[in-house]
Amino acid sequence: MRVVSQLWSELLAVLAALIGAVPYIIGYVILILLCAFIWTFIKKLLTPKHDYGSLKTVTFGDESAVTSNTVASVVSVVLIFLMWGAFTGSKYLPSFMHMPGAFAGESSFIYTATADGQSDDATVSVLVFSSSEPVEAPEVDGGDGFAKNDSIALPVYRTELFRVDRNDEIGRADGALITAVDGQPIEPGGSVNVAFGEVAMTAKGTLNIKPSTGIQMEPIWLPAPEAVVSRLGEIATVGFRNSTLAEHLGFSLFRVIVGFILGALVGIPLGYAMGLSDWFRGWFDPIVEFMRPVPPLALIPLVIIWAGIGEVGKIILLFLAALWIMAIAARSGVSGVRISKVHAAYSLGASKWQIMRHVIIPNSLPEIFTGARVAMGVCWGTVVAAELVAAEKGAGMMIMVASKFQSTDIVLMGIILIGIIGFSIDMLMRLAEKWLVPWKGKG
Amino acid sequence: MRFDLPNGSSVQALKDVSLDLKAGELLSVLGPSGCGKTTLLNIVAGFLAPTEGQIILNGHTVTGPAAERGMVFQQGALFEWMSVRENVGFGPSMKGMPKAEKAGIVDHLLDVVGLQDFKEKAVYELSGGMQQRVALARCLANEPDVILMDEPLGALDALTREKMQGLVLKLWKETGKTIILITHSVEEALLLGERLIVMAPRPGRIHKEYRLPFAELGVGQDLREVKKHPQFAQTREEILGMIWDMEEEIMGGAGS
Repeated sequence: MRVVSQLWSELLAVLAALIGAVPYIIGYVILILLCAFIWTFIKKLLTPKHDYGSLKTVTFGDESAVTSNTVASVVSVVLIFLMWGAFTGSKYLPSFMHMPGAFAGESSFIYTATADGQSDDATVSVLVFSSSEPVEAPEVDGGDGFAKNDSIALPVYRTELFRVDRNDEIGRADGALITAVDGQPIEPGGSVNVAFGEVAMTAKGTLNIKPSTGIQMEPIWLPAPEAVVSRLGEIATVGFRNSTLAEHLGFSLFRVIVGFILGALVGIPLGYAMGLSDWFRGWFDPIVEFMRPVPPLALIPLVIIWAGIGEVGKIILLFLAALWIMAIAARSGVSGVRISKVHAAYSLGASKWQIMRHVIIPNSLPEIFTGARVAMGVCWGTVVAAELVAAEKGAGMMIMVASKFQSTDIVLMGIILIGIIGFSIDMLMRLAEKWLVPWKGKG
Repeated sequence: MRFDLPNGSSVQALKDVSLDLKAGELLSVLGPSGCGKTTLLNIVAGFLAPTEGQIILNGHTVTGPAAERGMVFQQGALFEWMSVRENVGFGPSMKGMPKAEKAGIVDHLLDVVGLQDFKEKAVYELSGGMQQRVALARCLANEPDVILMDEPLGALDALTREKMQGLVLKLWKETGKTIILITHSVEEALLLGERLIVMAPRPGRIHKEYRLPFAELGVGQDLREVKKHPQFAQTREEILGMIWDMEEEIMGGAGS
């Protein structure tokens, strides 16, 4: 029963988060539709094309009429970068495109203290600094009356409890009360909007200075694009944790390629054996069918126990990730050969070996390539995850260590590079496929 | 020929089928579906071992597939990873024939089947009719004694089919090969078959055998002229009636 109630509360928390996100999702959809509307309007002004697609009158429900709109792709990607820049106050964007940022600079507010029936005003100078070095609060003149002027300096995105009465002639300890801020009455638990943000009062009567944080992201959550770019330059030249960027990425790629090649070298012959002999199929079917659904990530602990966290362990892991995929691809490639092709080859006088060499292997290549693409994708994901767990070099290790030091810019840069490399691997495999097996899907 | 089924019973696919084919004869085999035509061809080709009886060719018993019996399939038996030229040259390559000699044979055959302009194309770039021409040429390139055709024109459209029938006749006459042709089309069987057997199902057996003049008439001639021959329409009706009755029997009269 405890499990059920735990799950239920988890579910409620997820639903609450989801509902909180709904307005943003709706906003984004409206933005998409707005762009679509603008584009249809612009398209009307351009010369119309009369290709096959544009002359179709039935497009809703016609799968072939729905092709990816390049304009939409470009706009969506540009928009992601625009939003990233706008919400981080990027230097790459003109400042009018920035979202309202956190308050930085000098400002002030006036508080009114009341004691023994008389009131007195005093000014508090507030300096919000954005440098990482602490800044001294400016010196101010105490002024007239029993309430004396104050000054405070605090970093952006921070708030500070400030006892404005500490230098007053009659402080709160002596019975004075702060009754108003900037002329607006305030009481414990309340707050007043001021020029630079908000001044709130705690239950005990201390003022809490809260400069506006704006709706931009703090760099610790989301650094600006230029920070990521400069990090890229820095890590590419200086390095991170005793290794340059090329070394980190190179190590990851090296592990993937070696693991994949070993997996293919064992997996493809294994798949052929399973496709060609009932004994081998019977022998390996239970093993392969059991190992295939086990996610490679689940093997990480075992591999670490057996082989440690060095290169050998990682390559064993990637070998295992690629092995089953390649074996199954080769097996289905062999089983997929049309019997009439084999019969034809026998009737043309081919020997078993010649049939293997000239019919079965070329016939299975398209399947093997599909398997290789999947295997490379899985291997790339697995190597990053394995490096997150334990590694001295590698893309995954880089972002994991950076996250421990809250270097979000490095984390972001790492994620982008990992994505680009994964995408490039897939593209290269597709190119190789087009070049090496042009007959794919045409049999 | 009997197949044992998993449930313990068995199917008598063919029974007492005896045929004697002379060299250079063209035999077409016709029959309703399920009468064992393809089983018969697979036995002759050596892909299936008969439970009783034997196939004797050139004085030896057939035990498996061999280059002496070439086969043309309905479709999809070409190797799409090879060009047209490589497909046709497959048999000679397997024998290890010298390249120059092989090229000569391939060029000649591709000219004969009318694909001289498509030699370097990939097979998947060709139309269905062209692919079957490649299949014919590939079979001939291997110099088989007997050519077995399993509905070679079955997947083609009507017009292409007629043209290809003419080509098959022409190749038969020019090469003098023995051909066994399986077909669903009565017209095709009549036009191409110098001998024609009609098979009956359950168990598969030879129902009736004809010797026909149309194949000889059709060589080098417009096949549509042959179809106007008075005996053609008469034989066609006779065979159609025969097959119709068999189908009726299979369906238990449900069709009427």
